[in-house]
Amino acid sequence: MATIRFTTHLMRHRPVRALQADGATLADVLGAALSDDPLLRSYVLDEQDRVRKHVTIYLDGQPIRDRLRLSDPVGPVAEIYVMQALSGG
Amino acid sequence: MATLWVGSRKGLFRYDDGPNGWQVAGPPAFLAAPVSMLLDDPRDGALYVALAHGHFGCKLHRSDDRGATWVELPAPAFPRSDAPDAPALELIWELAPGGPDQPGVLWLGTIPGGLFRSDDRGQTWRLNAALWNDPSRPHWFGGGYDHPGIHSILVDPRDSAHVTLGISTAGVWTTRDGGASWRQIGQGMRADYMPPERSAEPVVQDVHRLVQSPSNPDRLWCQHHCSIFVSDDGGESFREGRGMQPTAFGFAVAAHPEDPDRAWFVPGVKDECRVPKDGRLVVSTSGDGGRSFQTLSEGLPQDPAWDLIYRHCLAVDATGDRLAMGSTTGNLWVSGDGGDNWRLLSGNLPPVAVLAFAP
Repeated sequence: MATIRFTTHLMRHRPVRALQADGATLADVLGAALSDDPLLRSYVLDEQDRVRKHVTIYLDGQPIRDRLRLSDPVGPVAEIYVMQALSGG
Repeated sequence: MATLWVGSRKGLFRYDDGPNGWQVAGPPAFLAAPVSMLLDDPRDGALYVALAHGHFGCKLHRSDDRGATWVELPAPAFPRSDAPDAPALELIWELAPGGPDQPGVLWLGTIPGGLFRSDDRGQTWRLNAALWNDPSRPHWFGGGYDHPGIHSILVDPRDSAHVTLGISTAGVWTTRDGGASWRQIGQGMRADYMPPERSAEPVVQDVHRLVQSPSNPDRLWCQHHCSIFVSDDGGESFREGRGMQPTAFGFAVAAHPEDPDRAWFVPGVKDECRVPKDGRLVVSTSGDGGRSFQTLSEGLPQDPAWDLIYRHCLAVDATGDRLAMGSTTGNLWVSGDGGDNWRLLSGNLPPVAVLAFAP
């Protein structure tokens, strides 16, 4: 099970707390976790399901490698942080 | 009582013109969020605000109680594609109501060059495929921004299926069938930034803003990158204005609600120097269909000022007497007499992106 935590800047716009979801890749995990809230999904990913340019995602402490297809593998227990980049302000 | 909405780099502000003159009315909405467009729908009083969050993308919100509460709507989205450069929404640059006979219909223009339509007050959006797939679109180009964008949408008050667009940069386009098919119009403009043999092509014209006379919808006013152009035939052809003062460059234009020969502009030096000429901020107006222009400066800063009035930041109300103007420096001026006299309403706003009087 992966736990996804969101920057408080995002929580200002969407009422979200930590989510949990299963999946083999980041695309699977985020897809499952955000499926109930398409608006929240649109804050993190664009309509092509790419990570937004000024959003950063850390997986187990490291920035993800594949921002276009989110193919980074996710282990059975994972910590994912969805953060606001310092760029884009 | 009149109301003026001010969409800025850091939120939405409301001013009301009451017994004590113009006053700020209530706290700002969306404080710190960049507002890129707003619409006060004359058909049902709904208020729409488009935001351009630096991190989280472009969003759309609607209020059905004049701004007291807001609901977020799904933003328009480009169709899914596996192409590595698949388009995504970059900016909501225009929002226009459909005709009075089309309740709930909204038109929305974006960077990168997409036209979207909603039939349900913004709950769902559909990309206009006919325009998006036009064979000319690969030849459209960005004007100031990286990608082209639709910033002017004119719905003919005589026929809601007749819609005309101003695109930066792809000139002027029109549909007579509600968007099923589109045709490039806009002969007669001139693009000095192109090689001479291509400067007259309609598709290369950088229309900065296109507005329509409500009382004579065949009269269009265009503030172009290179000059001011006027159409007497619904945008099929344009003639260049004469005697523009003090320059012909600018972004904003507002058309008088009743007098088709009257419009207002805010001149700047030129494209690579986007400030008032000689540091004197003035408004110019024509009262004869663009055949001559007069300069209005009473109450505007001359000492010097470097304000730029962007394309959606000059507004006129339904009487034609009230005007408002907001700058990228964060100044807001109002006039109650058609621009003859101006008064600074605030000198401390964030950069202004869009102004609209309540209808």
